[in-house]
Amino acid sequence: MTAVEDRPAQAPEREVGKARRRKEDARLITGATTWTDNMVLPGMLHLAVVRSPVAHGKITAIDVSAAQEAPGVVAVLTGRDVADEQGSLPCAWPVTPDMVNPGHPSIAVDEVNHVGEAVAVIVARSKVAAQDAVELVDVDYDLLPAVLDMEAAVAEGARLTHDHLESNRSFHFVFDGGEAGTGSDTEQAFADAEVVVSRRFVQQRLIPAFMEPRSVVVQPQGDNYTMWSATQVPHILRVMLAMVTGVPEHKLRVVAPDVGGGFGGKLQVTPEEVISLLVARRLGKPVKWTESRSESLMTAHHGRDQIQYIDIASDREGNVKGLRCRILADMGAYLRLVSPGVPVLGAFMFNGIYKFPAYRFECDGVFTNKVPTDAYRGAGRPEATFAIERIMDELAVELGMDPLELRRRNWIKAEEFPFTTVAGMTYDSGDYETATQKALELIGYDELRAEQQHRRESGDPVQLGIGVSTFTEMCGLAPSRVLGSLSYGAGGWEQASIRMLPTGKVEVVTGSTPHGQGHETAWSQLVADRLGVPFEDVEVLHGDTSVAPRGMDTYGSRSLVVGGAAVVQAAEKVVAKARKVAAHLLEASEEDLEFTNGAFSVRGTPGAQLAIQEIALATFAAHNLPDGMEPSIDADATFDPENFSFPHGTHICAMEVDTDTGAVRIRKYACVDDVGTIVNPLIVEGQIHGGLAQGIAQALFEEAVYDADGNLTTGTFVDYLVPSAADLPHFDTGNTVHEAPGNPIGAKGVGEAGTIASTPAVVNAALDAVRHLGVRDIRMPLTPERVWRALHDGGDGGDRATAGSNAYGGASTESTTGVSTPASSLGGDR
Amino acid sequence: MIPASFGYARPSTVEQAVQALAEGGDDVKVMAGGQSLIPVMRLRLAAPETVVDLSQVAELRGVRDDGDAIVIGAMTTHHDVLTDPLVRQFAPLVAEATETVADRQTRARGTFGGALAHADPAGDLPAVALALDAEFVLAGPGGRRTVPAAGFFVDYLTTALEEGELLVEIRIPKLSGEWGVRYEKFNRVAQAWSIVAVAAAVRREDGHIAEARIGLTNMGPTPLRASAVEAALAGAEASPETIAAAARAAAEGTSPTSDLNAQADYRQHLAQVLTRRAVTAAAGM
Repeated sequence: MTAVEDRPAQAPEREVGKARRRKEDARLITGATTWTDNMVLPGMLHLAVVRSPVAHGKITAIDVSAAQEAPGVVAVLTGRDVADEQGSLPCAWPVTPDMVNPGHPSIAVDEVNHVGEAVAVIVARSKVAAQDAVELVDVDYDLLPAVLDMEAAVAEGARLTHDHLESNRSFHFVFDGGEAGTGSDTEQAFADAEVVVSRRFVQQRLIPAFMEPRSVVVQPQGDNYTMWSATQVPHILRVMLAMVTGVPEHKLRVVAPDVGGGFGGKLQVTPEEVISLLVARRLGKPVKWTESRSESLMTAHHGRDQIQYIDIASDREGNVKGLRCRILADMGAYLRLVSPGVPVLGAFMFNGIYKFPAYRFECDGVFTNKVPTDAYRGAGRPEATFAIERIMDELAVELGMDPLELRRRNWIKAEEFPFTTVAGMTYDSGDYETATQKALELIGYDELRAEQQHRRESGDPVQLGIGVSTFTEMCGLAPSRVLGSLSYGAGGWEQASIRMLPTGKVEVVTGSTPHGQGHETAWSQLVADRLGVPFEDVEVLHGDTSVAPRGMDTYGSRSLVVGGAAVVQAAEKVVAKARKVAAHLLEASEEDLEFTNGAFSVRGTPGAQLAIQEIALATFAAHNLPDGMEPSIDADATFDPENFSFPHGTHICAMEVDTDTGAVRIRKYACVDDVGTIVNPLIVEGQIHGGLAQGIAQALFEEAVYDADGNLTTGTFVDYLVPSAADLPHFDTGNTVHEAPGNPIGAKGVGEAGTIASTPAVVNAALDAVRHLGVRDIRMPLTPERVWRALHDGGDGGDRATAGSNAYGGASTESTTGVSTPASSLGGDR
Repeated sequence: MIPASFGYARPSTVEQAVQALAEGGDDVKVMAGGQSLIPVMRLRLAAPETVVDLSQVAELRGVRDDGDAIVIGAMTTHHDVLTDPLVRQFAPLVAEATETVADRQTRARGTFGGALAHADPAGDLPAVALALDAEFVLAGPGGRRTVPAAGFFVDYLTTALEEGELLVEIRIPKLSGEWGVRYEKFNRVAQAWSIVAVAAAVRREDGHIAEARIGLTNMGPTPLRASAVEAALAGAEASPETIAAAARAAAEGTSPTSDLNAQADYRQHLAQVLTRRAVTAAAGM
């Protein structure tokens, strides 16, 4: 063992902050990886699911005989066949003690409650054979009336989504600042207010629409099972599958290989995962299920879908006095993994960045005969931010104030951090004024206002509007004690391990399972800095419960701020252990050692140093270690945050509205986000861009539309409009940096930021363009037709006709999956 | 999804293709670029007994000059149409509309004849063919016949093509004189079908509009001509007011559908706005 003499004098460039290209991208983009659907196992059977074409009905008979006899078919299983072993899909978030959970069989047994619900599964030797046999299963339904409208569902005497329940209400959750001691009495605040503005906002239903359709493979080996699934949550899935199916947890291994996007849509325990496990167990054969895109749009969980009744109180000068939110949140037909928790997360965010003295939030979870809703990028926080940022504009109009001035008057000042809000959250750090100033400069605010004035005065058919949205969000889900206080079924910690290999290479094991965000790159940067090893020498392992046995997976902008923090802590432990070995080998005391650029040196003794790679080899050999030391410098760490982190930002949108056609076009978009310390600017920029695209999509393009019979009309990408780069503007982005004090990286989380802030900015901009023409609101998405109707007929643009477009040879779901009656063809005359 | 199983023929001449159609059984579908047929089959909305794939029929590709018309082979891809010098010179409206069809990938595979024979009223090319008085040459067991555009589009996804017949080429009369053209397309995202679109060709003479031809996309089960507008514009002064007044008749005689993108009354409104814009642009104003 020799001391290294020829180390470069120059310290290596810090990895954190470097715009590294993502090391995982080449294999993801070129397909040089094994996606779940690529897997082929010897003797593997294929599943196809027979789905309900009716939104609500009793199953009176199922005839599977023709399907069973079809070529290549091995078995056909109905809900009745697996009734005793399928249990109920789990809901891990009982938000109130008396929350009503109707239970959720993976395959319907007696009753179907939404179009697309599984009623049988075909097991065949090929995917084609399985698919062909689907049409041979004959199911008789006694139709029941479908409950589709939330407001009707909670009205007196409403029809029932589940006829064995007493109402369509699952829960009634209340947060009252007065009762919680975080604010004053809300009713009093409203009684005393000089100005009250009330609005009803609609958060339309969205579909996560991840790039890789869901796919599951299960391999039985004796009484052990390995499941590969395109999931965000292999660890949670393993626990839940054990609980649901009774397969013992230690007999289950779950692997999320490379996963192509999720956006919350793969934060789920799906019926098909349970079905695949049950079939593999019953037949003792490996099985695979992969969905089609139409199946995905129709049956994977949806997001958003709230009706928000928002009241805001203020004085004449624009000092806000109170906020009252009553929310109807559509759960769909069943409660999935965290369905009830999504609107409840919003409860702590409706007050936004403003200093409300009084606040009350009430939310009803409502059952309807639609696909369940659950997490979707932002989960509760986009809904909350939309409401507050829209109502602030409405209040500004009422007061005749500049909307920015109103915000400025009420937001938390930079010197007031940390600030405990009326919702009881302690915002960690930030500076809203600076971010806003930068955003105004980026977009060229004054010139745009001048142009707007000019267009108004000249009566230009194309009007210009400017919309602002600020935001903050609670990121890094989550402090376990907070989750406990909200009755969530698990903690919010994250786990990491670092293994120092004999050759000096480093394996990092993370419990936070990526689905495309760039963990491998960012984690490598973190570890390279902390251990002083080359970026290329770090390999990040994830997604397999036998490789990364402990983890809480990825959602809620938690990966870097919780999972990355665990990695950093593990690295610190590695260094601490290595220090002991170094001290021993260098014959110095630990206190005299300095660790820089990956090497320990003895203060005051030039040349006496050891690189961490040398220590790794020495530890592997274990010939000469300190007395009593076990021969390992590997380390594990579990990080449980004390608090959320609170990124914030100001987004500004300039929107052109063609008043002749109702077409809207984003002219300019600028945003300045504060996401704390930036580990990789390229990844952050990518997250912002993608987030903006998704948030703008909610404002302008996307909506899951059901017809009067409960068929999903937007059943293909022809009708569910996901915008492409061609439909989006250039984004001018910027950052301010206020480190998060709650984690060792100082990062705050960026995965949801763009999605949260952009939606209200875009809608505010469109309204700003046409408010002088008498328009008060336009429902999302702002289709040209809605904008035109709001301009010409008043109102908010109204409902869309529910027939699918005639393009594509009329290939709408009405005819592919659903049963159509005269009611469902409202407006459709094909 | 996976299509239901089907028979497959890949002829290499028109003659073989016609024979394959005759022998294909009860439900034969002709596949040109496959950009509409394959998705519909994958959704199992169509389950033909036999698919006759024309991709190897070389004689159906390409554009040629035929005196007072250009002739576009039915299997010429959108990409080849819009980059063809003859099309650009003599049928610029076709080039302009073709450029708005779907996306680059679809234009590389989708064909001119396939789009017309599919006769999707939301498709961009039928209204253009109608506005330009194109002629459709069909081949069948009994030989060839020619159908004018006005007689080709019969109903929703239905054309004058009889069972066993094949669209082989489309003759587009050259526009002589001082013509301006414009395809005004309205949709929500770049690659989408038209919600409404207007194809206009306008011939100017001495500050007047001598002749206007206007085709409407997606304003009924078939493409339509805005005849009332054409009549109002013939011989009219080329002024914004005249054009705007004439365009108000654009929705006359239309019967558009109502769907997610637009209800019928909004489509009729769009037809008026887009007609005004298309004619204004085509008139060089």
